[in-house]
Amino acid sequence: MSRISKDQVKHVANLARLAITEEETDMFTKQLDAIITFAEQLNELDTENVEPTYHVLDMKNVLREDKSKPGLSREEVLKNAPLHQDGQIKVPSIMGKED
Amino acid sequence: MSLFDYKVSDLHELFTKKELKVSDLVDESYKRIGQVEDKVQAFLTLDEERARLSAKALDEKINSEAAKGLLFGMPIGLKDNLVTKGLRTTCASKILENFDPIYDATVVQKLQQAETVTIGKLNMDEFAMGSSNENSHYQTTCNPWNLETVPGGSSGGSAAAVAAGEVLFSLGSDTGGSIRQPASFCGVVGLKPTYGRVSRFGLVAFASSLDQIGPITRTVEDNAYLLQAISGLDPMDSTSANVDVPNFASGLTGDVKGLKIAVPKEYLGEGVSESVKQSVLNALKVLEGLGATWEEVSLPHSKYALAAYYLLSSSEASANLARFDGVRYGYRSKDAETLIDLYKNSRAEGFGDEVKRRIMLGTFALSSGYYDAYYKKAQQVRTLIKQDFENIFAKYDVIVGPTTPTPAFKIGENIEDPLTMYINDILTIPLNLAGLPGISVPCGFDGGLPLGLQIIGKYFDETTIYRTAHAFEQATDFHKEKPEL
Repeated sequence: MSRISKDQVKHVANLARLAITEEETDMFTKQLDAIITFAEQLNELDTENVEPTYHVLDMKNVLREDKSKPGLSREEVLKNAPLHQDGQIKVPSIMGKED
Repeated sequence: MSLFDYKVSDLHELFTKKELKVSDLVDESYKRIGQVEDKVQAFLTLDEERARLSAKALDEKINSEAAKGLLFGMPIGLKDNLVTKGLRTTCASKILENFDPIYDATVVQKLQQAETVTIGKLNMDEFAMGSSNENSHYQTTCNPWNLETVPGGSSGGSAAAVAAGEVLFSLGSDTGGSIRQPASFCGVVGLKPTYGRVSRFGLVAFASSLDQIGPITRTVEDNAYLLQAISGLDPMDSTSANVDVPNFASGLTGDVKGLKIAVPKEYLGEGVSESVKQSVLNALKVLEGLGATWEEVSLPHSKYALAAYYLLSSSEASANLARFDGVRYGYRSKDAETLIDLYKNSRAEGFGDEVKRRIMLGTFALSSGYYDAYYKKAQQVRTLIKQDFENIFAKYDVIVGPTTPTPAFKIGENIEDPLTMYINDILTIPLNLAGLPGISVPCGFDGGLPLGLQIIGKYFDETTIYRTAHAFEQATDFHKEKPEL
């Protein structure tokens, strides 16, 4: 049985903000299905009372002094921006067509 | 003979005796690159003009106090996911084709303090996702031992450049084996430090809870010196560890008497080739001859590491790579009428297939309704894997096994099937999940291709890893072999 459907792949691609073609949808459906099927071997293990390890070292809440310092210059910020105008980054219409 | 056949300490002595200049080393690098780079294709960007200027400036103070540091004047290559101010940094991705960083990674700053000379930026799998360098958008680096085989990955360029004698040493990064596996395939020494030992500030993030930067060198001694230079707490990386940085070279004694070695039976099991098993058993004999003892042990959850790793690393990658949106930096699609299409098209056109696949897998594993079943489950399995190691390290000093199940494979052989490709990392991944340090050192050959011995240590005990690796290296000749190019 297939674990992943084409519709799921399209939904996930939208969440990930990736435009995908029909061909890619087919490819990812097949490949993600194989990987997820492989990953389901983890279900062989009983992890009922096992704490998850989100971080390997025993450290929490690493804080620094709350002191202001100069940020980047406008020139530096815009240096790698593909499109900018009047010192600001330019993007297409934000309130455009719904997807 | 190449100048890079000398160790750091020998070259340093030649400087002191005025028998060598920094310019000679930098010349050696670019001369060799001129000779072999069209075959090896390890570099994405060369920094020749700045390197030569820097060499000249260093030569002017070569006899001063400023030149006392061991790494002074040593030519280094950097994996192209370490940001370098004013030097193009691509992560081997189209999406960062023209990215010109505005700051230096902490490790790059530390190298500048040590006054090494950066020769250029090295090829890798795109965003460090891969085991062969075939996922680079720009080129496939070839293994200097056999140009039809892969150098490994993702730090394939970093390992190949050292093996080919193009640089004295290099830095790579290791998320699931990306330093150790290419080091093994290319017959050089590669160490993944304990998680937190080296600052990740300025390392373009793949999977933040797994990534570590580490050294790739010809010898264990040089590896210890390079790690020394890049280690330590960094206020810019809150996950860098507040622990003492010992003198790693103090471990280079050649003495492993009484060392207790554990050999997991799972690391010599199914899928591991006979030649690899034999080389590890031979290595154990060598270590035994030097006074160490070994016993077979079990890491029962090893077989689950691969699945847990792909869920976790892809989940973290899907979040980390969300920043590439075509707005502030990187590739921007020409074809977008709305902001959302700009995101979607820039990412679709800018990322390669493997990166997209992992973003998709990670987004799926983190999505509503699946989080507990996949992401959380994998983090729980990670705990079990970590406990396996802790149980062994309660009784033993190091764990020894192969670095990879086979020697380097042919270019094109595994690229069609992601799962087959992932199996390459089966022996290296468990360490990253646990955060432990591990090294690969040359331990044999199969059909003219190098094999690597993996030595795993306790948390923050890189010194014992170096002691073991160094003793083995001094007792064998594998590291003296060089590829013919």
